[in-house]
Formats: sequence, structure tokens, C-alpha cells
Amino acid sequence: MKNTAIIIFVSVLMLGAIVQSDKSLAAGGHETHMENLEWSFDGPFGTYDRGALQRGLQVYRQVCSACHSMKHMYYRNIGALGYNEAQVKAIASEYMVEDGPDDEGEMFSRPGKPSDRFVSPFPNRKAATYANNGAFPPDLSLITKARAGGADYVYSILTGYEHAPKDAHLLDGQYWNKAMAGNVIAMAPPLADGMIAYEDGTAETVEQYSRDVAHFLTWAAAPDMEERKRIGIMTLLFLAVFASIMYAVKRKVWSDLKK
Amino acid sequence: MASGKREKFDNPVVEWIDSRLPVFTLMQKEYGVFPTPKNFNYFWNFGAIAMVMLVTMIITGVVLAMQYTAHADLAFESVQRIMRDVNYGWMLRYLHMNGASFFFIAVYIHIFRGMYYGSYKQPRELLWILGVLIFLLMMATAFLGYTLPWSQMGGWGATVITNLFSAIPGIGDTLVTFLWGGFSVDNPTLKRFFALHFLLPFVIFAVVFLHVWALHITGSNNPLGVEPKTKKDTIPFHPYYTVKDTFGLLVFLMLYVLVSFFLPYIFAHPDHFVEYNPMQTPAHIVPEWYFLPFYAILRAITFDIGIPFTDIVFIEAKLGGVLAMFGAVGVLFILPWLDTHPVRSARFRPLYRLSLIALVAAVFGLGYVGAQAAEGIWVILGQLLTGYYFLFFFVIVPVLSRIEKATPVPESINAAVLEKKKKKA
Repeated sequence: MKNTAIIIFVSVLMLGAIVQSDKSLAAGGHETHMENLEWSFDGPFGTYDRGALQRGLQVYRQVCSACHSMKHMYYRNIGALGYNEAQVKAIASEYMVEDGPDDEGEMFSRPGKPSDRFVSPFPNRKAATYANNGAFPPDLSLITKARAGGADYVYSILTGYEHAPKDAHLLDGQYWNKAMAGNVIAMAPPLADGMIAYEDGTAETVEQYSRDVAHFLTWAAAPDMEERKRIGIMTLLFLAVFASIMYAVKRKVWSDLKK
Repeated sequence: MASGKREKFDNPVVEWIDSRLPVFTLMQKEYGVFPTPKNFNYFWNFGAIAMVMLVTMIITGVVLAMQYTAHADLAFESVQRIMRDVNYGWMLRYLHMNGASFFFIAVYIHIFRGMYYGSYKQPRELLWILGVLIFLLMMATAFLGYTLPWSQMGGWGATVITNLFSAIPGIGDTLVTFLWGGFSVDNPTLKRFFALHFLLPFVIFAVVFLHVWALHITGSNNPLGVEPKTKKDTIPFHPYYTVKDTFGLLVFLMLYVLVSFFLPYIFAHPDHFVEYNPMQTPAHIVPEWYFLPFYAILRAITFDIGIPFTDIVFIEAKLGGVLAMFGAVGVLFILPWLDTHPVRSARFRPLYRLSLIALVAAVFGLGYVGAQAAEGIWVILGQLLTGYYFLFFFVIVPVLSRIEKATPVPESINAAVLEKKKKKA
């Protein structure tokens, strides 16, 4: 029984370390309000919702992409959202991509192909910063990993706009957002009810747009998630069976010492 | 090595090889019939577990290196390529980055085991010293690897840690420029960090070899801390401990897989996913969890050390912190000479046992403090716990060595095992 006690002790030590590190990361920051939503990708068996992903892509393409790049994404990647090859090609071809040099050494524009990266709205960081009042709109490819809270953070920012309290001091081009650290954000409220037309009859509200685009950005940051969980479960099952067998073997081998 | 008398093998191929290079005889002697105390508990699994983690890190690391680009402009991008386009690249990377954490978990438990059961005592001092050396090399390797994704946290972590060397009087600044290969953390820094991060695991492997060699000369310690006296005290390593180690390893791997596949970012700060920008300092620069206790010790020295009531300063606060941090690891090297008590196992040393458990609590406390912003109560708490850390090694352990009266130690391993069985029956 002593062995069991030791195993429990070791497990507690490890869990302690895990919980401790998790807490320490969450700490810090100002008084912010973060929503805590339920997502279809939560939990060990959670998966992405293809409908939400497609709607989220639509929100990104029609709204976010005016300022925010997603430079780690390729048009071919959106095949994973449930589009077929022709649809992926059609979406890619809606963008103009600079290519070249051609045989005469000239750069030229051509319609996008699935093998192209998502076209960035600005040629470089300085141009993006200059065009946005001195505030650089961050690249969104990894945003749900790069902000504590992930999808909840994205949703909270997009739905967190409020009238600034009277004592708040906002400069031109600054807005009050209850989810932002420090409550001041340089992004104008990007969404409004009804501004994007959904084809599948889903509610056209700021909340729904925010939810969908947060879902899409979570996928963009972690496209491996569904396969990861699937392989993880198989690996755990294999190890559990193997460990049980080894435990039985251990008992059997050691039993001759008990005589 | 085993050039003396040799038993013949029945298999002609094995015999052909073994008579020319006795690897089979060696394995048989060191892992087959190797006499091992029969009373190990599960704490004795962690050496084998740490070994498996080292091999896992080397294999995943070498494969990742085939796709990684060590260049300031391309490193972050190449990591994203690994995560998105390389076949099972995400799996390799999650196993590698969480593998570091689990390697440290195994090694911390292994070190605790050594301290609790007095495994560092005569005749195992050199075995222990080699172990501390492995720990130091691991810390260096982990720190270098932290920089490679060229993220905000990696680049700024490298800036903070390399800047520690600027505290060394006289040569400090020159040394930091030398480490960086320039005047800031930039491309030359990344490239040398990558080269060293690739090299050091193989150095660790070599020291592990010496560590295991030394172990096989002295034999293992055991929970009673009593040396095996007769054949009744030991059992052959195989099959008894091969099966026990395999079982323990599988349980450990389950935890490792659980984290790597279901909570892969649990140890990672969000600033790991933002590309390094030397013009923008992150709000909080924190090291990986396994360095937090030492980080807290570094930050605990907030005062200059000199002659009181004068302005003569011998050691400035920054240098003091650096010395304390390296001292916290360095003191482990001389532990065998600080603790000269004849009884090894803490089972028979109630006072030592209590102080050691308090030390573990202090280290956990330091880890917590290390993750907080260095202000208010956390500074004082960090200083108190740092105080206890050094008090333990430099006062409590040497004093207990002289005055602690141990409870009765069993005559032999076999006697203790039989006694326990009688009680059970």
C-alpha cells in the first residue's frame, strides 16, 4: 500500500506543478472582463464546427482582413473547412497576388491560387502601423494562442465595446473596451448587427459574428487539434492496456519472492 | 572491460560476436544478473524514466532540426511550417516542448529521491556529482532551446538571462557581447544557441554514461540506506526491475501523453506565439516553470552587500542575485560533505526528514513566488524562502550531522523485508 501512497504523492506533485503554472500565467493585467463561453472544440473529444468555421472565414474575409493579415495561412488550408477543390480555387482567385519576375524581369499581378498565402492588407508592418493611427493590427494566424483566454478573448474583445466612463481619458482613434488590458483599444468597433449576410440562416448579430470568427481563428491557430486529440486517445488507450499488462506481469514475476 | 573469464553463449552468432567484442556478456552482467537491492520503491523508477525522456528529446529534437531554420528572419516562420505543413510536425513539437517539462519532472523527483534516502553519501559522492552536472547541463540546454522559436518570450528570456553575466565585475559587459556575438540578442545569438542546443544533449548523454557506470561500481542505494550484505538482500536486475521499471515508465508516459495531446500549451506563455520584436518588451518575462524557484532566488537579493553604515559595497545586488542563483545549484555539488551523518535514509532521521520536507515546500513556494511580479509581499516571501533554502544546506544539514540521533536501523535489507511481511501477516 505504501507504493500506492507514493504514486499518489508523485501524481499530486505533478498536478500541483501543472495547476500552479496555469494559474501563474492567468495572473496579471488590469481589471478586464472576459466572457467564458462553451465551444464545440472544448474537452478531450471536442471538434470544430464546420459551419461556424465557414461563417468565421466569411467574417474574416469581409471585415477583419481589411486591416489584419494572416500570413501563416495558405488558401489551400481552407479545404479543411469543408470546401471542395473548386471552391478553394474560386475563393483564392478572388484575390490579386503579386508574382514574378516574369521572363522580361517584370513583376505582375495575377489571381490567387490555392498555393498562395493569404494576401496581407498592407505591404509591411510600417505601412500597417501608419495606416492605423500608429497602432499595428496584429497578425491573426496565431492570435488565439498568443492571447490568454484564446477564443474567449477574441469573442470578449469583439463584444466588449462600451461607452467610456466619464473619468476616462481617450485620445482620438481610441475606444473603450472592457476586455482589453487597460480598457483602451485602438481598433474601432469592427462589427455591427446585419453587416454580413449569412447564407445558412444563422442569426446576423454581433455576438454570432464574434463567436464564428473566434471559432475560425482558433482553428487557424491550431488546425492540428482534431487529429491531435484522436491520436492522443488512441495512444492513451494503448498505454493503458500496455501498463495494465505490465502491472500483471510485475505481480507475477515478483510473486516468487513472496515465498 | 570484461576481458576476463567469459561464459559461452549457445547461439553461434551471439557467441561469434561476444568472443570478439563481449557486449552480450556486458549486458548480461550489468543488466541481466546485476545484483540489485530487493526493497526499491517506485521512487527508484525515475532514473530509467529520465533516461527514456533524454532519448525522446534527442530523437524528436533531431527530427525537428531537419525542418527548423536557425535564422532571425526565418526561425518563427519555420516553426509554423513544422506545426502546419510538416507531416506530424505538430506532434514532434508538442512532444519536444512538453518533453522538456516531463524530463525535469522526472529529474526533480530523482534528485529528491537521492536527498531523501541519502544516495549521495559515501561511497556514491562522485555518482551524485555527475548527477548534479547532468542537471546543470539540462538547465543550460533547456534555456537555449527556449530561445529557438524566436518568440517574444524566447528572445526576451535570452536577453534577461545573458544579461546576468554583465553583473560579473570588470569583464561582465565584454562577456555578454561575446555571448551574444554582437551588441544585442540577434541572428548570431540565435545561431550559436541552436548549435549549442544541438550539441549539449550529446554531452549530457556522455555524462549519463559516466553516471550509470559509477552507479554500477557502487551499486544502488535503497530505501533503507543499508548496503546489501548477503545474497539474500539482492535480486537480479532482470526480470524483477526491468518489469517494474517498464510499468512505472508506462504510467509516467501516460501523464506525458495526456499533457502533450490534450493540454499542449499548459506550460507555454501566450508570448511564445508572438514573433520576437527587440523594440517591444513584454509586460512579464517569466522563465519556464522548472526554473521559477531559481528565478525567485535570483530576484530575492534586492540589496547590496557591504560594510553596514558605510557606503562600501562588496557585492552589488545584481551580482548577489546571480551568485545566489548559481549557488543554489552549486551547493548540491558539496552536499556529500555537508551531510556527514552516518545514517543514509531519512526514514531513520526524523529531524532531517522534517527539514527536507520543509525544503521541498520552500522550493514549491519559491516556484510560486518566481511566477509573480517582483513587488510587495512576494519580495519578502521570496527572501524568507531563499533564506531557508541556504539555511538548510549550510546550517541545518551540518548541525544535524553532528547532533541528530537516528532511530534504530535494521540489520540488513532482508531482515527488514521479513519483518514487514510478518507484520502484514
